[in-house]
Amino acid sequence: MYRYDQFDHKLVTERVNQFRGQVSRRMSGEMTEDEFKPLRLMNGVYLQLHAYMLRVAVPYGTLSSVQMHKLADIATKYDKGYGHFTTRQNLQYNWPALEDLPKILDELAEVEMHAIQTSGNCIRNVTADQYAGAAADEIDDPRIWSEIIRQWSTFHPEFTFLPRKFKFAVTGCSNDRAAIRVHDIGIELVRGKDGDVAFDIHVGGGQGRTPMIAKLIGEAISREDLLAYLEATLRVYNMSGRRDHLYKSRIKILVHDIGAEEMKRLVEEEFALVKKQGVLQLPQEEVDRIRAYFAAPDFETLDAECPELDAAMASNKRFAAWVNTNTAQHKQAGYTIANISLKPIGGVAGDASDAQMHVVADVAEKYSFSEIRVTHEQNLVLAHVKKSDLLALWETLEANGMGTPNLGLITDQIVCPGLDYCALANARSIPIGQEITERFADLDRQHNIGELKLKISGCINACGHHHVGHIGILGVDKKGTEYYQVTLGGSADEITSVGKIVGRAFTEHEIVDAIETIVEVYLDLRESPDERFLDAYRRVGIAPFKEKLYADN
Amino acid sequence: MPIIKKGEWVSDEWISVDDETDLPIEGDVLVSLTRYQENTAALTARAGKLGVRLEASEPPEAIADEVGSFDLITVDFPAFKDGRGYSYARLLRERFGYTGELRAVGNVLRDQLSLMWRCGFDAFHVNQSITPEVFAESIGELSIAYQPTGVTKDTVMNARHK
Repeated sequence: MYRYDQFDHKLVTERVNQFRGQVSRRMSGEMTEDEFKPLRLMNGVYLQLHAYMLRVAVPYGTLSSVQMHKLADIATKYDKGYGHFTTRQNLQYNWPALEDLPKILDELAEVEMHAIQTSGNCIRNVTADQYAGAAADEIDDPRIWSEIIRQWSTFHPEFTFLPRKFKFAVTGCSNDRAAIRVHDIGIELVRGKDGDVAFDIHVGGGQGRTPMIAKLIGEAISREDLLAYLEATLRVYNMSGRRDHLYKSRIKILVHDIGAEEMKRLVEEEFALVKKQGVLQLPQEEVDRIRAYFAAPDFETLDAECPELDAAMASNKRFAAWVNTNTAQHKQAGYTIANISLKPIGGVAGDASDAQMHVVADVAEKYSFSEIRVTHEQNLVLAHVKKSDLLALWETLEANGMGTPNLGLITDQIVCPGLDYCALANARSIPIGQEITERFADLDRQHNIGELKLKISGCINACGHHHVGHIGILGVDKKGTEYYQVTLGGSADEITSVGKIVGRAFTEHEIVDAIETIVEVYLDLRESPDERFLDAYRRVGIAPFKEKLYADN
Repeated sequence: MPIIKKGEWVSDEWISVDDETDLPIEGDVLVSLTRYQENTAALTARAGKLGVRLEASEPPEAIADEVGSFDLITVDFPAFKDGRGYSYARLLRERFGYTGELRAVGNVLRDQLSLMWRCGFDAFHVNQSITPEVFAESIGELSIAYQPTGVTKDTVMNARHK
């Protein structure tokens, strides 16, 4: 993975000192809270319902074992012994004290980590496909390009006070595991005319109160032009994006208002001028330098078949279920990609205790070249595990509450923090998610239902990605009571769609039954067990679900 | 409000003239973009120096071909969170080749100075708490940059591949 050189180190250290000064000026009263707010946000510090929250950047979701140990230590020392992995592939601490923040940042800097631009109206942490460098289907490793974008966007003086926050996602192949079409800019690596890696630039996607699917604005942009094209897009947005209304300030609104064609024209006009200046041309030697950090690890030459694994699966049903759901095909024979579920039945989606983080760091060291990925679906990944090590890995995970065989199933939910933590929320999300996992706890039943992405947000800001859930749940507040609105048919993959509202919202006492009804309707009407919930929904539409849900009205 | 230019206090000799007031016979005048556009000939024929005020809603393309007429351009930040002025500064300096004084006015705070400086501003209308010492500290906090912008020519990229 990427390692800092002297320049990266210097910048992060200087940034910690800068923030230490800002905190002390705030604490002495020299700076008002209003003035401090954007500065602390730029460094990932939020004021939540009960306390400050610190969001630590995990660039494109990649962590080393050493970094994971450090995150665990910080959770022990400065928090309540746990952390929360987020849909931006970051980690949040929910209970740090303001005066401890500079110390935490010092400790993070020791392991080349920081909280830079994890909040604020700037370019946020770049996310990427969690299977980068391991997937058989990728054109190139998206981490290389994510790192290049990370450096270009870090402390970019022109784009630190954008109209609104700005999120990038990068996928290395056409199978989109990074939800690029619901990002401000989503980048797909493609092959250019010359056969080199090129970039399709999708602009103006997003969720929130106005969900939009990004439009393809730049097609097959070349390597040397990548940064110039991005700078041009950001400049058009910075100068023309609305600033008069918080909810209309994202780039998706600009693209929607002026149209994709006009956006393309403006960006191309600006791009031609930026390119002419020439200073942003991305040199091949810099790409090579960064690429070297992401070289494939030293794989052993192994057989594709692994009889020991087959035998272990035959004798252990739960392990077999885990292998079937939680592993994915690796490009190297004899290896596999292992997903660690942070969604135990009855647990809080994405939470990990300090002890669990240490365990993950240890198994990564032992079985996966000391490297870990965080996924936007709030799980963890060991990208390079020998098939012959899978049983031992799973037994350790299982013993520590992380062996649940539920990846992509109904209990593998994205859940926002909701009213338990968040100052913006209208309703609780976590307890609803927990109740649903308990209702569907039976593993055979979950596996029978098959792939079903359920996503829960506690307010219209949609941090729980409910718009793109196969089943989405949105918490709303009606005269002081929490209600839950259900959407069906959303998806965040290469065929992105926004879910449709099924009908009137449900109370907290009705919502779990309603979800069960939806699942039963699907099981009744699917053509075969291979027809996924989403496929069936796309075939039959919303009517059969609606009918059954509101039959008594 | 004091002005810090290139790191030092300077006194403001400019006469800021609103759109309804007659131009003074002598002295350096600072006018709005509207006034400049309506009275270009008269303003450029005057003996004194000429400056123009850009509001946050006035992109500098309007004066792209005429930047040589000005010795001062001010860019307003109506709120520190309104970042349009950063783009304006870069366009003026890097694209239109403006070399005169580029002054940030409005809600100019200590923690934005380094960003403004890196985008090409060299003068700042600041409140009393920002002394030249504070200014120097602020712009010195980050000593190197990833991006080539404004006055930053020594980027990380250049240093790496010397």
